[in-house]
Amino acid sequence: MPLLEACGVHGGYGGMNILHGVDISIEANEVGVIIGPNGAGKSTMLKAIFGLLQVTEGEIRLRGTPIHNQPPNRLVKLGMGFVPQEHNVFPSLSVQENLEMGAYLKPGSIKHNLGNIYEFFPPLKDKRRQPAGELSGGQRQMVAMGRALMAEPQLLLLDEPTAGLSPKYVHEIFERVKEINAAGVGILMVEQNAKQALTIADKGFVLAAGQNRFTDTGQALLADPDVARSFLGG
Amino acid sequence: MPLHLLRGDISVNEFVFFINNVVIAGSVTGSIYAIGAVGITLVFGIMRFAHFAHADMMTLGAFIVLLLTSMFPSAGNAVGMPTAIVMLPPAIISTALIAVLIDKTFYKPMRVHGVKPIVMVIASLGVTLMLQGLIRLFTGTGSQSLYVDDRKEIFRFAVPIEGVRMPVVLTEPQIYLFVLTVIAVTALHLFLSRSRLGKAMRAMSDNPDLARSSGINTNTIVAVTWMIVGGLATIAGTLLAMDVTFKPDLSFHILLPIFAAAIVGGVGQPFGAIAGGFVVGFAEALAVFNWNVLLRPVHDSLPTWLELPSNLAFVGTEYKIVVPFFILVAILVWRPTGIFKGKVI
Repeated sequence: MPLLEACGVHGGYGGMNILHGVDISIEANEVGVIIGPNGAGKSTMLKAIFGLLQVTEGEIRLRGTPIHNQPPNRLVKLGMGFVPQEHNVFPSLSVQENLEMGAYLKPGSIKHNLGNIYEFFPPLKDKRRQPAGELSGGQRQMVAMGRALMAEPQLLLLDEPTAGLSPKYVHEIFERVKEINAAGVGILMVEQNAKQALTIADKGFVLAAGQNRFTDTGQALLADPDVARSFLGG
Repeated sequence: MPLHLLRGDISVNEFVFFINNVVIAGSVTGSIYAIGAVGITLVFGIMRFAHFAHADMMTLGAFIVLLLTSMFPSAGNAVGMPTAIVMLPPAIISTALIAVLIDKTFYKPMRVHGVKPIVMVIASLGVTLMLQGLIRLFTGTGSQSLYVDDRKEIFRFAVPIEGVRMPVVLTEPQIYLFVLTVIAVTALHLFLSRSRLGKAMRAMSDNPDLARSSGINTNTIVAVTWMIVGGLATIAGTLLAMDVTFKPDLSFHILLPIFAAAIVGGVGQPFGAIAGGFVVGFAEALAVFNWNVLLRPVHDSLPTWLELPSNLAFVGTEYKIVVPFFILVAILVWRPTGIFKGKVI
């Protein structure tokens, strides 16, 4: 049974549909990457999965359980974590408080998980008392991912985790994503750095105008001349 | 130059007058504004609208205390405290619950509907009128003392300096006000910085979407916020009514200074609201203070052509209401987001 399965998802904001039948399927322990041009509905799809907007048609299942149109706090309980692209930290809360909020539903495991996160993102340990709003973009992204990981998700949704980061941090974040995945967490991420993202992807989904254009393994998509010409800049 | 000035022979009586009229009066007003402004700032931080019914929530709290005090007028005798203070905890709980109920009945349906903040503001004006009208039905428009069966103690502390005739005057409710302000502020600080729910409240004030994505149940946070707001409003409203007398529109008249305090401190910042409350409270006390009194010792040495008016205040008491707005404008020019960098409205 796939970890996450979305079939023919339609949805959008306030009655205007952006998604016109998107299919996504990833197995446990896989990295799925959604790429596509601006306005293709990549982020919208991620939000639809995480219950942040109305799914009008189609089905989304997590390990076989239908989850579409469920409120986010319920999805967190079911083992899903979401890192938005922007505004993904609580700026006035300290780094540690940000992480604690990630484990809001699992207060018993805060101490243990905090240790793990600090080990995983060492720069955060030194800054744990600093307000997250004062951190650099890359460190902020670490806080955001750390916050989502505190809830021990089985599936982590990442919306453009490398947007606006320096190349050094882009590489760092992709390495971390691979490690998180190796630790047994399924990953579905939207990426602008399409080539780099597809190299670590088990599955790639190319969206355009709210529909799947290509769906294959990351390697196959990288090798596909059509994909390269239209979506990877030649 | 007359000799007695050089000898430093300035009577301390004037100084005691200053303590009574500025330090104590400013602290009293400041404490009430501070507790009131915290409530407004919490509602804004969590629900993003200016809650105009806050002053009448204060009146409601005081009204419940008045109701309970009239039912059990001698309850305070047993513990040696004013009955109104003994009735404060049950009134806090009732007002907290009524605040949650008001939210569920009036504000929540609009919030769920996703209305603009201004609609919520107008709705809160409606709640203001409703609460005030309902309270008037029971109490009438006149004033009533919260001291039903007991006497308001007035403490006069003699200053241990020779020649000082004037005592420092503090009333019983003022002492309770100071104590309760310290307790409320400390408790709020511990709640917001240490408890899971308090941190979640700050998180929701920072970023409601991310709070939801972290699994925080925002409905719970909203309910907890209303409980705290209702509780604090009861403390401020009751202590104000004890210090003066209960009137259905007593708190309503300090709504604008309280809003000024919340904005001066930085909207959405609880500790900013406390600072703002004291800034506005002391500014009022200083503005209406008769500075002529402090100048009395030097009267003799002034040139004869300079005759000081007998009332030398910045503004007359009847124009006190302009002071918060003056402070508001002055601080916002210097620091547009308030003392403690609040949210931009």
